[in-house]
Amino acid sequence: MKATNKIRMDQLVLNAVSYSWVTFVAVLCVLPFLLILSGSLTKESEIILEGFKLIPKQFSLEAYQFIFNYPQDILRAYGVTVSLTVLGTILSLFFISMSSYVIQRTDFKWRNAFSFFFYFTTLFSGGLVPFYILVVNYLKLKDTYWVLLLLPLINVFYILVMKSFMRSIPAAITESAKIDGAGDFTIFLRLILPLCKPALATIGLFVALNYWNDWFYSLLFISDQKLYALQYYLYKVIGNVDALKIVAEKTGNQVPDLPGEGIKMALTMVVTGPIIFLYPFVQRYFVKGLTIGAVKG
Amino acid sequence: MKTPFIHDLIRYKTLLLMLLPALLFVLLFQYTPMLGLVLAFKEYTYAKGIIGSDWVGINNFKFFFISGNAWMVTRNTVLYNAAFIAINLVLQVGVAIMLSEIRSRWFKKVSQSLMFLPFFISWVVVGTIAYNLLNYEHGTVNSLFRAAGIDPVNFYGTPGVWPFLLVFFNAWKAVGYGAVFYLAAITSIDQEMFEAAETDGANVFQRIWYITLPSLKPTMMILTLLAVGQIFRGDFGLFFNLVGGNGLLFNATDVIDTFVYRSLVENNEIGMSAAIDFFQSVLCLVTILIVNGIVRRTDKDSALF
Repeated sequence: MKATNKIRMDQLVLNAVSYSWVTFVAVLCVLPFLLILSGSLTKESEIILEGFKLIPKQFSLEAYQFIFNYPQDILRAYGVTVSLTVLGTILSLFFISMSSYVIQRTDFKWRNAFSFFFYFTTLFSGGLVPFYILVVNYLKLKDTYWVLLLLPLINVFYILVMKSFMRSIPAAITESAKIDGAGDFTIFLRLILPLCKPALATIGLFVALNYWNDWFYSLLFISDQKLYALQYYLYKVIGNVDALKIVAEKTGNQVPDLPGEGIKMALTMVVTGPIIFLYPFVQRYFVKGLTIGAVKG
Repeated sequence: MKTPFIHDLIRYKTLLLMLLPALLFVLLFQYTPMLGLVLAFKEYTYAKGIIGSDWVGINNFKFFFISGNAWMVTRNTVLYNAAFIAINLVLQVGVAIMLSEIRSRWFKKVSQSLMFLPFFISWVVVGTIAYNLLNYEHGTVNSLFRAAGIDPVNFYGTPGVWPFLLVFFNAWKAVGYGAVFYLAAITSIDQEMFEAAETDGANVFQRIWYITLPSLKPTMMILTLLAVGQIFRGDFGLFFNLVGGNGLLFNATDVIDTFVYRSLVENNEIGMSAAIDFFQSVLCLVTILIVNGIVRRTDKDSALF
């Protein structure tokens, strides 16, 4: 009894180490975002003179003002990304869950063959070059909205995760509905899909994040400015801030001196803002998804 | 008269139709490129297409290996991935154990959320973060150096610092995400074991060493094996967004994936980049088969297939 009340040395050491190390790592994880935020709010002349720092001396909104004075590009990029994310996530969830349902049906004779067909692609892939040539030269999808919607659509890994989730739904549901004369697609749509809501939410968030954060397919296949998605737009501006000025001038605006460094930081905030605000509310679904995925299907 | 196969086709027609979109997608975007790997042995011209282009034997491979780049990018890829695997393992397991020992629920929740933030951010944004920190003229690190009277460092012109920086950013992005797996495994440990250890007079470090760590072994094995299976694949997002086209750094930072990208998209050397692709895909497959074979022998339950 007494031992539990006494302050134990080993526990004390562990606590000290745990609290300080975890604090250190956690601060390190957020600090860069604070630096970006403060950089976006610093007067350009101060950045040029003294560099980025955590607490600016001269607070200024000039970078945001510039971005929102010429908002055509950023709004269009937002439009591209938001529409891709919404449309892509809905379609992706539909196709993923539909195929997962089929390959986990125990009365489907070829379920193992098809499962392997999907699984094999996680072991071996053709790599970038044939894929690139297929998309550009054969499917002629370069510089189309379709390429951005289509390529992240189906991730085999999510099919396998969904499949292992659906296994926990009693097969009797399908069987009794079949006896009542319901078709396979109706059973899937009316009975199975509503039971999959937790898994759909989790996988849907992963898919949505993939669409929101995609820049790779834009890098490979997009050169038309009208089709720039948010991340790729940011990538382009970081590479060449003056591009902003050129666009603004083309639209007939008199452009003042460009707060270039501030704009890079402000644009980063504009691009990541929605995620930083949303992620605290959705992260528990991600945690759930990761732990489902970790269980071998 | 119907053969059994036709009979099955009719019986399963709805299920097969439901499977069709995903099937076609995977067939088109995953399996067709596998056949396209024959490009490694051809001289591709747009007009003749993949099938019609002329065979050139192993010329494409010769070019890649003689140039000396083969050894450099393969070495970089493997060494970086090895460092990532080791450091991520230690860091993530460490953080997970510490989090599990922390009693304050509020502190646990907040710190875990903060550590999870980098996972949600694209590599492009990580690129701007690196720019903010490391830029020679205005970078935060260099402003601190100047303020402290230390000479500023031209990070983007100093290859030697990049192994450390890349390992840092990789660990930074993965720590919160990776710790989730281990934390889940710790929560599923039978609490009675800890209580029994307590009664037997074990101190906290003995408890961690003899109960927590051995219980985490299966999770560590699986995650490490999955990573080792990908040891010949460089993380394109990380290397491309942090280093980009900065040729000064390539010796220390170029991995197979960035090299293939540049050869293909910027230099249009399709034959050679297909050869590297082929080389990489085969190495990956062989690694996975070897790793899985070893695991099957020692611990059948941890094997991937």
